[in-house]
Amino acid sequence: MPYGPHTAPDRERMLTALGLSSVDELFLDIPEALRASPLRLPDPEPELELATRLRGLAARNRVDLVSFLGAGVYRHYTPAAVDQMLLRGEWYTAYTPYQPEVSQGTLQSIYEYESLIAELVGLEIVSASHYDGAAATAEAALMTCRATRRERVLVSHAVHPHYRETMRTYFGSGLQLDEIPLVAEGPYAGTTDLDALERLLGDPERPVAGVLAAQPNFYGLLESMSAIGALTHAAGALFVAVVEPVSLAVLEPPGVYGADIASGEGQPLGIAPQYGGPYLGILACTEPLVRQIPGRLVGMTTDVRGQRAFVMTMRAREQDIRRDKAASNICTNQALLALAASIYLATIGPHGLRDVAANGAARASELEAALAALGIERLHAAPYLNEFAIRVPDARAVHRRLLDRGILGGLVLADVEPTDPSVADALLVCATEITTSADIARFATALADVLGGRSPVTIEAAVAIDGSGVSTAGRMAGR
Amino acid sequence: MNPTDLRYTKDHEWVRVEGDSATIGITQFATEQLGDIVYVELPAVGSSLQQGAVFGVVESVKAVSDLFAPLSGEVVASNDALSGQPELVNQDPFGTGWMIRVRLADAGEPDALLDAAAYDALSAEA
Repeated sequence: MPYGPHTAPDRERMLTALGLSSVDELFLDIPEALRASPLRLPDPEPELELATRLRGLAARNRVDLVSFLGAGVYRHYTPAAVDQMLLRGEWYTAYTPYQPEVSQGTLQSIYEYESLIAELVGLEIVSASHYDGAAATAEAALMTCRATRRERVLVSHAVHPHYRETMRTYFGSGLQLDEIPLVAEGPYAGTTDLDALERLLGDPERPVAGVLAAQPNFYGLLESMSAIGALTHAAGALFVAVVEPVSLAVLEPPGVYGADIASGEGQPLGIAPQYGGPYLGILACTEPLVRQIPGRLVGMTTDVRGQRAFVMTMRAREQDIRRDKAASNICTNQALLALAASIYLATIGPHGLRDVAANGAARASELEAALAALGIERLHAAPYLNEFAIRVPDARAVHRRLLDRGILGGLVLADVEPTDPSVADALLVCATEITTSADIARFATALADVLGGRSPVTIEAAVAIDGSGVSTAGRMAGR
Repeated sequence: MNPTDLRYTKDHEWVRVEGDSATIGITQFATEQLGDIVYVELPAVGSSLQQGAVFGVVESVKAVSDLFAPLSGEVVASNDALSGQPELVNQDPFGTGWMIRVRLADAGEPDALLDAAAYDALSAEA
């Protein structure tokens, strides 16, 4: 079978059969203003010159940095077997088979992914994957509207700002999206305000379809998910848990605390923090919601000869079948990245994943101690897992000066929440199992230097003393 | 072929009028076209229907199709048995496979629907 595009004679024959003189005539029914304008691409360059130019562009990336950046994308160690397995040519095939049952290998890889994620989130149904965590979360919100036939969704302000932005885009036409504020001060500052949630749910004129909260939340804090779920269900709404998959090895899974739907970003499962995507959207739900979940579901059965076989169990509500009444306008999956996540999970296993999560929590607690020794306090008091916000005067300038010293000092929260005074002078910092004590000492030294505060000697002593210390979060992670 | 005491639509729904209410389902012809039905989504009791508007969805192994309300009115009952046994629609479309019962908003509406002979002719053409 030739894999080349249509040749000029091919096109000519097709146009003749259609009685048209040009391909453009096929698009005449699209108003001109809506048609794609010609791409303004630079002229072709010789390979040698192009390679030199691209190398120059690539060299502008900083690969020397010690990173404490998380904020939705997390660096983890990926066993070499994962990428090696992914390179096998068998996987580079149609990712979305339209005659699915002949592609048993593709179906099996999706089935294995669904099974592994189902075990992780504790819910029965897992879709074959979506573009990324933001898209999966927006789809989860729309599911609650379809299932309850209500039009209003509440999302915690501590759900990732990019996810909330994506949801606002999805909700542009008709549906309502309201934010649940966070507790402003005290031991639960930075977590979803349960009293405010109860008030928002109590408006009889505006019944709520679904409530979304993240665990851990955007600020790294642990939410009272079962309490949020109980309030949500008491109002007849569905509860969506936005989760980080590695954390589920040590935190309660959504299925246990009563979530109806779980969504999240699958990138931490063996996928490099590459540019901002492509990533992996995880979406799971309880069995009664199976017909509301967008995308496709693969199942296992036996064929006529009694052999194990994989089938496209459900995709009847996708766009190519249901057109404008499809469950989603997106009808695809991230097959290769779902496969990467499956290979990662199968390679490290449940105990390995628990170690990854628990070690990350221990490193974060070590980081907290090292920063506390400098007099740098956390912004919030609630328990965290492996990410937390710190209060730093003039955070943006500090962040820039840390970069000069080879440290990526997390995220300047004011960059994502410019109108929120409570995060005006704060950095969101994160540690994972690949963060070393040396990295932490370097960060503390650089920060002391930038802030012109205490001497690095004091800091290293503090790290040595508190390095093995386990905070509340560490204890929670280790249970 | 089709029961003569029922009324029909060109979208292959049937209607049995009893007093001020009517029972609604889909015809045997429709079930044969759809194949094995695996799921039926019906409106909640108390919701109101507008003649011609979509009131539910029927999903077979090969397609998902809309159900169109043959009559206007309020839904007073829906066949809960179909959530566990959607195959009843295939096995007994005019009996245990019924879908919803509606209190008629306009007693004149059923008269405008097809009778069995007209529907026989329509389904024979299709």
